[in-house]
Amino acid sequence: MALAGRERVWAEWMTAALAGDEAAYHRLLAALAPVLRANARRTLSQMGAPVGDAEDIVQETLLAIHLHRNTWRQTDPIGPWVAAIARYKLIDSLRRRGRRTEVAIDDFADALPDDSADQEEDLGRRQVVQLVDRLQGRQGAIVRAISLEGAGIRDVAAKFGMSEGAVRVALHRGLKSLAQLYRSGDA
Amino acid sequence: MRTEELIHALAADRTVAIRPGRAFVLALAAGAVIAATVLLSTLGIRPDFLVVIHTIRFPYKFVVTIALFAASVRLAFALARPGGDVAAAVRTLGIPALLIGVALVVELVVLPEADWGRRLVGSNARLCLMAIPVIAVGPLAALLLAFRSGAPTSPMRAGASAGLVASALAATFYAAHCTDDSPLFIAAWYSLAIAFVTVVGAVIGSRALRW
Repeated sequence: MALAGRERVWAEWMTAALAGDEAAYHRLLAALAPVLRANARRTLSQMGAPVGDAEDIVQETLLAIHLHRNTWRQTDPIGPWVAAIARYKLIDSLRRRGRRTEVAIDDFADALPDDSADQEEDLGRRQVVQLVDRLQGRQGAIVRAISLEGAGIRDVAAKFGMSEGAVRVALHRGLKSLAQLYRSGDA
Repeated sequence: MRTEELIHALAADRTVAIRPGRAFVLALAAGAVIAATVLLSTLGIRPDFLVVIHTIRFPYKFVVTIALFAASVRLAFALARPGGDVAAAVRTLGIPALLIGVALVVELVVLPEADWGRRLVGSNARLCLMAIPVIAVGPLAALLLAFRSGAPTSPMRAGASAGLVASALAATFYAAHCTDDSPLFIAAWYSLAIAFVTVVGAVIGSRALRW
Protein backbone atom coordinates (compact mmCIF):
# COMPACT_ATOMS: atom_id res chain seq x y z
CA MET A 1 0.00 0.00 0.00
CA ALA A 2 1.38 3.37 -0.95
CA LEU A 3 2.16 5.43 2.13
CA ALA A 4 0.91 8.64 0.59
CA GLY A 5 -2.38 6.89 -0.20
CA ARG A 6 -2.65 5.58 3.34
CA GLU A 7 -2.11 9.02 4.81
CA ARG A 8 -4.57 10.58 2.39
CA VAL A 9 -7.22 8.16 3.63
CA TRP A 10 -6.32 8.99 7.25
CA ALA A 11 -6.68 12.69 6.47
CA GLU A 12 -10.09 12.11 4.87
CA TRP A 13 -11.27 10.13 7.90
CA MET A 14 -9.98 12.77 10.30
CA THR A 15 -11.68 15.52 8.31
CA ALA A 16 -14.96 13.59 8.48
CA ALA A 17 -14.38 12.87 12.18
CA LEU A 18 -13.90 16.54 13.00
CA ALA A 19 -17.20 17.19 11.22
CA GLY A 20 -18.88 14.71 13.58
CA ASP A 21 -18.62 11.38 11.68
CA GLU A 22 -18.13 8.82 14.47
CA ALA A 23 -17.80 5.84 12.14
CA ALA A 24 -14.99 7.50 10.15
CA TYR A 25 -13.25 8.38 13.39
CA HIS A 26 -13.53 4.80 14.62
CA ARG A 27 -12.00 3.58 11.34
CA LEU A 28 -9.15 6.08 11.68
CA LEU A 29 -8.26 5.09 15.25
CA ALA A 30 -8.51 1.40 14.39
CA ALA A 31 -6.16 1.99 11.43
CA LEU A 32 -3.68 3.97 13.53
CA ALA A 33 -3.49 1.43 16.37
CA PRO A 34 -1.48 -1.28 14.54
CA VAL A 35 0.92 1.31 13.13
CA LEU A 36 1.49 2.78 16.59
CA ARG A 37 1.88 -0.75 17.98
CA ALA A 38 4.53 -1.75 15.44
CA ASN A 39 6.32 1.50 16.11
CA ALA A 40 6.22 1.11 19.91
CA ARG A 41 7.31 -2.53 19.82
CA ARG A 42 10.21 -1.80 17.53
CA THR A 43 11.44 1.08 19.69
CA LEU A 44 11.02 -0.87 22.93
CA SER A 45 12.97 -3.84 21.57
CA GLN A 46 15.71 -1.49 20.31
CA MET A 47 15.92 -0.02 23.82
CA GLY A 48 15.98 -3.44 25.41
CA ALA A 49 12.77 -2.57 27.24
CA PRO A 50 9.97 -5.09 27.76
CA VAL A 51 7.89 -5.24 24.57
CA GLY A 52 4.88 -5.98 26.77
CA ASP A 53 4.72 -2.27 27.61
CA ALA A 54 3.84 -1.48 23.98
CA GLU A 55 0.08 -1.68 24.46
CA ASP A 56 0.15 0.88 27.26
CA ILE A 57 2.06 3.25 24.97
CA VAL A 58 -0.38 2.62 22.11
CA GLN A 59 -3.32 3.48 24.35
CA GLU A 60 -1.68 6.57 25.81
CA THR A 61 -0.80 7.76 22.30
CA LEU A 62 -4.34 7.18 21.03
CA LEU A 63 -5.66 9.19 23.98
CA ALA A 64 -3.21 12.00 23.16
CA ILE A 65 -4.18 11.99 19.47
CA HIS A 66 -7.82 12.09 20.50
CA LEU A 67 -7.55 14.88 23.07
CA HIS A 68 -5.35 17.01 20.79
CA ARG A 69 -7.00 16.46 17.43
CA ASN A 70 -7.89 20.18 17.50
CA THR A 71 -4.21 20.81 16.62
CA TRP A 72 -4.46 19.10 13.21
CA ARG A 73 -5.46 21.29 10.28
CA GLN A 74 -6.89 19.93 7.05
CA THR A 75 -4.08 21.61 5.14
CA ASP A 76 -1.40 19.77 7.17
CA PRO A 77 -0.09 16.33 6.21
CA ILE A 78 -1.45 13.95 8.85
CA GLY A 79 1.47 11.48 8.92
CA PRO A 80 4.06 13.84 10.45
CA TRP A 81 1.40 15.07 12.89
CA VAL A 82 0.67 11.55 14.15
CA ALA A 83 4.40 10.69 14.16
CA ALA A 84 5.24 13.77 16.25
CA ILE A 85 2.62 12.85 18.86
CA ALA A 86 3.77 9.21 18.88
CA ARG A 87 7.39 10.26 19.35
CA TYR A 88 6.51 12.66 22.16
CA LYS A 89 4.51 10.02 24.01
CA LEU A 90 7.13 7.31 23.46
CA ILE A 91 9.92 9.48 24.85
CA ASP A 92 7.71 10.57 27.75
CA SER A 93 6.79 6.99 28.52
CA LEU A 94 10.36 5.70 28.32
CA ARG A 95 11.54 8.55 30.51
CA ARG A 96 8.96 7.63 33.14
CA ARG A 97 10.29 4.10 33.02
CA GLY A 98 13.67 5.54 33.85
CA ARG A 99 15.37 5.19 30.50
CA ARG A 100 17.32 7.90 28.78
CA THR A 101 16.65 7.68 25.13
CA GLU A 102 16.79 9.21 21.74
CA VAL A 103 13.85 8.23 19.61
CA ALA A 104 14.27 9.03 15.96
CA ILE A 105 10.99 8.74 14.12
CA ASP A 106 10.45 11.36 11.48
CA ASP A 107 7.66 9.51 9.81
CA PHE A 108 6.16 6.07 9.66
CA ALA A 109 7.88 5.10 6.41
CA ASP A 110 9.29 1.93 7.95
CA ALA A 111 6.61 1.35 10.55
CA LEU A 112 4.16 -0.59 8.45
CA PRO A 113 2.20 -2.91 10.66
CA ASP A 114 3.48 -6.45 10.28
CA ASP A 115 1.44 -9.52 11.12
CA SER A 116 3.11 -10.13 14.46
CA ALA A 117 2.40 -6.60 15.58
CA ASP A 118 -1.19 -6.82 14.45
CA GLN A 119 -2.03 -8.80 17.52
CA GLU A 120 -2.65 -6.80 20.60
CA GLU A 121 -0.22 -7.60 23.36
CA ASP A 122 -1.88 -9.02 26.46
CA LEU A 123 1.06 -8.65 28.81
CA GLY A 124 0.60 -5.01 29.71
CA ARG A 125 -3.13 -5.16 29.96
CA ARG A 126 -3.62 -5.74 33.63
CA GLN A 127 -2.08 -2.35 34.42
CA VAL A 128 -4.50 -0.60 32.11
CA VAL A 129 -7.42 -2.32 33.72
CA GLN A 130 -6.24 -0.83 37.00
CA LEU A 131 -5.99 2.64 35.47
CA VAL A 132 -9.54 2.68 34.13
CA ASP A 133 -10.70 1.21 37.46
CA ARG A 134 -9.11 4.12 39.28
CA LEU A 135 -11.30 6.68 37.49
CA GLN A 136 -13.56 8.12 40.15
CA GLY A 137 -17.32 8.36 40.47
CA ARG A 138 -19.77 8.92 37.66
CA GLN A 139 -17.03 9.76 35.14
CA GLY A 140 -15.31 6.44 35.76
CA ALA A 141 -18.56 4.49 35.60
CA ILE A 142 -19.41 6.10 32.27
CA VAL A 143 -15.98 5.51 30.71
CA ARG A 144 -16.09 1.86 31.84
CA ALA A 145 -19.63 1.35 30.55
CA ILE A 146 -18.76 2.72 27.11
CA SER A 147 -15.34 1.11 26.74
CA LEU A 148 -15.47 -2.22 28.61
CA GLU A 149 -19.17 -2.95 28.13
CA GLY A 150 -19.45 -1.32 24.70
CA ALA A 151 -22.54 0.67 25.67
CA GLY A 152 -23.74 3.59 23.56
CA ILE A 153 -24.26 7.13 24.80
CA ARG A 154 -28.04 6.64 24.81
CA ASP A 155 -27.88 3.40 26.83
CA VAL A 156 -25.65 5.04 29.40
CA ALA A 157 -27.91 8.08 29.62
CA ALA A 158 -30.92 5.84 30.29
CA LYS A 159 -29.01 3.70 32.78
CA PHE A 160 -27.85 6.65 34.88
CA GLY A 161 -30.92 8.84 34.34
CA MET A 162 -28.81 11.56 32.73
CA SER A 163 -29.21 13.61 29.57
CA GLU A 164 -27.09 12.53 26.60
CA GLY A 165 -25.32 15.88 26.75
CA ALA A 166 -24.35 15.31 30.38
CA VAL A 167 -23.08 11.82 29.52
CA ARG A 168 -20.90 13.27 26.73
CA VAL A 169 -19.45 15.87 29.06
CA ALA A 170 -18.69 13.23 31.70
CA LEU A 171 -17.15 10.92 29.08
CA HIS A 172 -14.86 13.70 27.83
CA ARG A 173 -13.76 14.60 31.36
CA GLY A 174 -13.25 10.93 32.17
CA LEU A 175 -10.97 10.46 29.15
CA LYS A 176 -8.98 13.55 30.15
CA SER A 177 -8.60 12.10 33.65
CA LEU A 178 -7.49 8.79 32.15
CA ALA A 179 -4.80 10.58 30.13
CA GLN A 180 -3.75 12.32 33.35
CA LEU A 181 -3.46 8.96 35.11
CA TYR A 182 -1.13 7.74 32.38
CA ARG A 183 0.96 10.89 32.65
CA SER A 184 1.28 10.66 36.40
CA GLY A 185 3.42 7.63 35.67
CA ASP A 186 1.77 5.12 37.94
CA ALA A 187 1.06 2.82 35.03
CA MET B 1 -9.23 -2.35 28.85
CA ARG B 2 -8.35 -3.58 25.40
CA THR B 3 -7.23 -1.04 22.83
CA GLU B 4 -10.34 -1.63 20.75
CA GLU B 5 -12.45 -0.91 23.84
CA LEU B 6 -10.60 2.35 24.36
CA ILE B 7 -11.15 3.25 20.69
CA HIS B 8 -14.87 2.67 21.18
CA ALA B 9 -14.89 5.21 24.03
CA LEU B 10 -12.76 7.71 22.09
CA ALA B 11 -15.04 7.55 19.06
CA ALA B 12 -18.05 8.25 21.27
CA ASP B 13 -16.46 11.47 22.58
CA ARG B 14 -17.19 14.31 20.19
CA THR B 15 -15.82 17.16 22.27
CA VAL B 16 -13.03 18.93 20.36
CA ALA B 17 -10.95 21.54 22.18
CA ILE B 18 -10.64 25.10 20.84
CA ARG B 19 -8.24 25.36 17.88
CA PRO B 20 -4.83 26.71 18.87
CA GLY B 21 -5.07 29.42 16.20
CA ARG B 22 -8.21 30.83 17.79
CA ALA B 23 -6.76 30.51 21.27
CA PHE B 24 -3.69 32.46 20.11
CA VAL B 25 -5.75 35.27 18.59
CA LEU B 26 -7.74 35.60 21.83
CA ALA B 27 -4.56 35.53 23.93
CA LEU B 28 -2.83 38.13 21.77
CA ALA B 29 -5.85 40.43 21.91
CA ALA B 30 -6.11 40.08 25.69
CA GLY B 31 -2.34 40.46 26.05
CA ALA B 32 -2.29 43.64 23.97
CA VAL B 33 -5.11 45.18 26.03
CA ILE B 34 -3.31 44.34 29.29
CA ALA B 35 0.03 45.65 27.98
CA ALA B 36 -1.56 48.91 26.77
CA THR B 37 -3.36 49.38 30.08
CA VAL B 38 -0.18 48.81 32.09
CA LEU B 39 1.81 51.24 29.92
CA LEU B 40 -0.82 54.02 29.89
CA SER B 41 -1.62 53.75 33.61
CA THR B 42 2.04 53.94 34.65
CA LEU B 43 4.61 55.40 32.26
CA GLY B 44 2.38 56.83 29.57
CA ILE B 45 3.44 57.81 26.06
CA ARG B 46 6.32 60.26 25.60
CA PRO B 47 4.96 63.85 25.31
CA ASP B 48 6.69 64.60 22.01
CA PHE B 49 5.29 61.46 20.33
CA LEU B 50 3.62 63.41 17.48
CA VAL B 51 6.83 65.31 16.78
CA VAL B 52 9.34 62.42 16.86
CA ILE B 53 7.09 60.20 14.79
CA HIS B 54 8.38 62.24 11.83
CA THR B 55 12.01 61.38 12.60
CA ILE B 56 13.69 58.20 11.35
CA ARG B 57 14.99 56.48 14.49
CA PHE B 58 11.78 56.63 16.56
CA PRO B 59 9.40 54.96 14.08
CA TYR B 60 12.14 52.50 13.13
CA LYS B 61 11.98 51.09 16.68
CA PHE B 62 8.45 49.94 15.88
CA VAL B 63 9.54 48.44 12.58
CA VAL B 64 12.02 46.26 14.48
CA THR B 65 9.78 45.29 17.41
CA ILE B 66 6.75 44.60 15.22
CA ALA B 67 8.84 42.47 12.86
CA LEU B 68 10.11 40.51 15.88
CA PHE B 69 6.55 40.18 17.15
CA ALA B 70 5.26 38.84 13.83
CA ALA B 71 8.14 36.38 13.41
CA SER B 72 7.82 35.09 16.97
CA VAL B 73 4.05 34.62 16.63
CA ARG B 74 4.77 32.43 13.62
CA LEU B 75 7.32 30.47 15.65
CA ALA B 76 4.95 30.05 18.60
CA PHE B 77 2.22 28.82 16.29
CA ALA B 78 4.55 26.27 14.69
CA LEU B 79 5.63 25.03 18.13
CA ALA B 80 2.02 24.66 19.31
CA ARG B 81 1.20 21.94 16.78
CA PRO B 82 2.85 18.50 16.46
CA GLY B 83 4.76 18.35 13.18
CA GLY B 84 4.70 22.15 12.77
CA ASP B 85 7.38 23.62 10.51
CA VAL B 86 9.61 25.05 13.25
CA ALA B 87 12.71 25.42 11.07
CA ALA B 88 10.95 27.73 8.61
CA ALA B 89 9.59 29.81 11.48
CA VAL B 90 13.06 30.11 13.06
CA ARG B 91 14.40 31.37 9.72
CA THR B 92 11.75 34.12 9.78
CA LEU B 93 13.41 35.43 12.96
CA GLY B 94 16.28 36.44 10.67
CA ILE B 95 14.15 39.34 9.39
CA PRO B 96 14.04 41.33 12.67
CA ALA B 97 17.70 40.36 13.27
CA LEU B 98 18.60 41.76 9.86
CA LEU B 99 16.55 44.92 10.46
CA ILE B 100 18.38 45.75 13.70
CA GLY B 101 21.73 44.66 12.23
CA VAL B 102 21.46 47.00 9.25
CA ALA B 103 20.33 49.87 11.50
CA LEU B 104 23.31 49.26 13.78
CA VAL B 105 25.75 49.50 10.88
CA VAL B 106 24.12 52.67 9.55
CA GLU B 107 24.11 54.21 13.05
CA LEU B 108 27.82 53.50 13.49
CA VAL B 109 28.54 55.04 10.09
CA VAL B 110 26.51 58.23 10.55
CA LEU B 111 27.37 58.85 14.24
CA PRO B 112 30.75 60.29 15.22
CA GLU B 113 32.63 57.76 17.30
CA ALA B 114 32.60 60.10 20.29
CA ASP B 115 28.79 59.77 20.49
CA TRP B 116 28.65 55.96 20.42
CA GLY B 117 28.99 55.51 24.17
CA ARG B 118 26.37 58.11 25.04
CA ARG B 119 23.82 56.64 22.63
CA LEU B 120 24.51 53.12 23.81
CA VAL B 121 24.05 53.94 27.48
CA GLY B 122 21.05 56.17 26.69
CA SER B 123 19.08 58.06 29.32
CA ASN B 124 17.25 55.26 31.08
CA ALA B 125 18.49 51.74 30.48
CA ARG B 126 17.37 50.54 33.91
CA LEU B 127 13.76 51.58 33.26
CA CYS B 128 13.87 49.75 29.93
CA LEU B 129 15.13 46.57 31.61
CA MET B 130 12.34 46.71 34.17
CA ALA B 131 9.44 48.01 32.07
CA ILE B 132 9.58 45.47 29.24
CA PRO B 133 9.39 42.41 31.55
CA VAL B 134 6.65 44.04 33.67
CA ILE B 135 4.53 44.91 30.61
CA ALA B 136 5.16 41.39 29.28
CA VAL B 137 3.72 39.60 32.34
CA GLY B 138 0.07 39.78 31.20
CA PRO B 139 0.70 38.76 27.57
CA LEU B 140 3.00 35.92 28.70
CA ALA B 141 0.36 34.51 31.02
CA ALA B 142 -2.29 34.73 28.29
CA LEU B 143 -0.01 33.02 25.75
CA LEU B 144 0.99 30.21 28.08
CA LEU B 145 -2.72 29.57 28.66
CA ALA B 146 -3.30 29.52 24.89
CA PHE B 147 -0.47 27.01 24.51
CA ARG B 148 -2.37 24.65 26.77
CA SER B 149 -4.94 24.25 23.99
CA GLY B 150 -2.10 23.21 21.70
CA ALA B 151 0.12 20.15 21.88
CA PRO B 152 3.71 21.43 22.02
CA THR B 153 6.12 18.52 21.57
CA SER B 154 8.89 20.69 22.99
CA PRO B 155 7.40 22.39 26.07
CA MET B 156 10.58 24.34 26.85
CA ARG B 157 10.91 25.82 23.35
CA ALA B 158 7.18 26.52 23.30
CA GLY B 159 7.50 28.45 26.56
CA ALA B 160 10.50 30.35 25.18
CA SER B 161 8.52 31.34 22.10
CA ALA B 162 5.68 32.55 24.34
CA GLY B 163 8.23 34.70 26.20
CA LEU B 164 9.56 36.05 22.92
CA VAL B 165 6.08 36.98 21.64
CA ALA B 166 5.11 38.57 24.97
CA SER B 167 8.31 40.63 25.25
CA ALA B 168 8.22 41.72 21.59
CA LEU B 169 4.67 42.94 22.23
CA ALA B 170 5.78 44.64 25.46
CA ALA B 171 8.77 46.24 23.67
CA THR B 172 6.46 47.63 20.98
CA PHE B 173 4.35 49.36 23.65
CA TYR B 174 7.33 50.45 25.73
CA ALA B 175 8.96 51.98 22.65
CA ALA B 176 6.16 54.58 22.64
CA HIS B 177 7.34 55.81 26.06
CA CYS B 178 11.08 55.34 25.68
CA THR B 179 13.12 58.42 24.62
CA ASP B 180 16.20 56.39 23.63
CA ASP B 181 15.81 55.82 19.92
CA SER B 182 19.30 54.82 18.81
CA PRO B 183 19.68 51.33 17.33
CA LEU B 184 22.68 51.03 19.65
CA PHE B 185 20.35 51.32 22.64
CA ILE B 186 17.74 48.97 21.14
CA ALA B 187 20.29 46.30 20.29
CA ALA B 188 21.75 46.36 23.79
CA TRP B 189 18.93 46.96 26.27
CA TYR B 190 15.74 45.93 24.49
CA SER B 191 17.50 42.70 23.51
CA LEU B 192 18.57 42.04 27.08
CA ALA B 193 15.04 42.57 28.43
CA ILE B 194 13.58 40.36 25.67
CA ALA B 195 16.14 37.63 26.34
CA PHE B 196 15.25 37.68 30.03
CA VAL B 197 11.51 37.24 29.38
CA THR B 198 12.28 34.50 26.85
CA VAL B 199 14.27 32.55 29.44
CA VAL B 200 11.48 32.99 31.99
CA GLY B 201 9.02 31.65 29.39
CA ALA B 202 11.27 28.66 28.71
CA VAL B 203 11.52 27.78 32.40
CA ILE B 204 7.75 28.04 32.94
CA GLY B 205 7.01 26.22 29.69
CA SER B 206 9.21 23.25 30.48
CA ARG B 207 7.07 22.62 33.56
CA ALA B 208 3.62 23.92 32.68
CA LEU B 209 3.24 22.92 29.02
CA ARG B 210 3.69 19.15 29.31
CA TRP B 211 0.75 17.04 28.16
